[in-house]
Amino acid sequence: MAHIKVEENIPGIRSLVLFRPETGKPLYDLAQVLLRGPSSLSEAERELIAAYVSYRNECIFCMSSHAAAARCLYGPDKNLVDEVLHDMQQSGASDKLKALLHIAGKVQVLGREVTPEDIAAARMLGADDREIHDTVLIAAAFSMFNRYVDGLASFTPTDPAVYEAMGERMAKGYVLPASPEPK
Amino acid sequence: MAHINLENDFPGIRGPMAFSPATAKPLNDLAEVLLRSDNSLSRGERELIAAYVSSLNDCAFCQNVHGGLAQHYLECDSAFIDAVKKDYMDTNISDKMKALLWIAEKVQQGGKNVTAEQIDAAKVVGATDKEIHDTVLIAAAFCMFNRYVDGLATWAPEDKNYYIERAKQRAEEGYAGYDASK
Repeated sequence: MAHIKVEENIPGIRSLVLFRPETGKPLYDLAQVLLRGPSSLSEAERELIAAYVSYRNECIFCMSSHAAAARCLYGPDKNLVDEVLHDMQQSGASDKLKALLHIAGKVQVLGREVTPEDIAAARMLGADDREIHDTVLIAAAFSMFNRYVDGLASFTPTDPAVYEAMGERMAKGYVLPASPEPK
Repeated sequence: MAHINLENDFPGIRGPMAFSPATAKPLNDLAEVLLRSDNSLSRGERELIAAYVSSLNDCAFCQNVHGGLAQHYLECDSAFIDAVKKDYMDTNISDKMKALLWIAEKVQQGGKNVTAEQIDAAKVVGATDKEIHDTVLIAAAFCMFNRYVDGLATWAPEDKNYYIERAKQRAEEGYAGYDASK
């Protein structure tokens, strides 16, 4: 049961933004611009960074839902998502994406952990300033979302089918929910 | 020097916000609601939670900015803010604020670290669900802001007066519609 009185059986962040839509609005706007806005990183890659950081923060709800969104967006290459969550360095991700995931992993620990060497390595593999910026902010944002979802002990479904359906909806974008049940 | 070319010399979060206005917008909108909502938690108390979490994350820029704002609203001196950061249990803040800072402290370590006992303890001393919600989200949000600021290695002014002076301006103008270049 959640730490505060939210509607029961509504999963994760959805229950929290229905409780407090005033803060929910900028949170959903942030997710939309970060994960769906203009960027040279694909939507699938950005969802994968989100899932990877959530995995490192052991936030089951965010990891499962963003992994599902990433699988949906990767389509035929969806196995990459599970490879990265199993062992990022041994996965089939491109070297550039691995370098960005490595930076995201450092940000997850703490901002100061990111070194000039981490940045130089990503640059050498073709990452530009915008991509590094977006990676750092996605990792930072999920260090928030994960704490929000788990810090209030929101409901975390265990049925994989629930996340699959959620991922399909999330792939279309992030709009503040107005009702408990998704349309 | 920042890790990336931000195309400006603004300190702290102002650098990446000016570099990326599209993401700055929801970040400032969030700060506006979380830190300036007029309800049972005062602006000073909200900024104090932000400053405390930023000190736990060792983020020089954020803890000085929000410590400065807390000092402004609470009409206290910097020694009081420092005392809260060092050991809030040993200060004269209310029992409710102590209970909320304890929750914020656990959120900083990881969301799962917050226990039902802590929530009960906060409720016993009068914290409402909305106050607990806002405390958790302020603490979580500063785990983001701090990482954004330090993950890109932005610079922080060393002169404490910079933060004191800007606190007055920020208190007047708020965060919504924030122009990072000013």
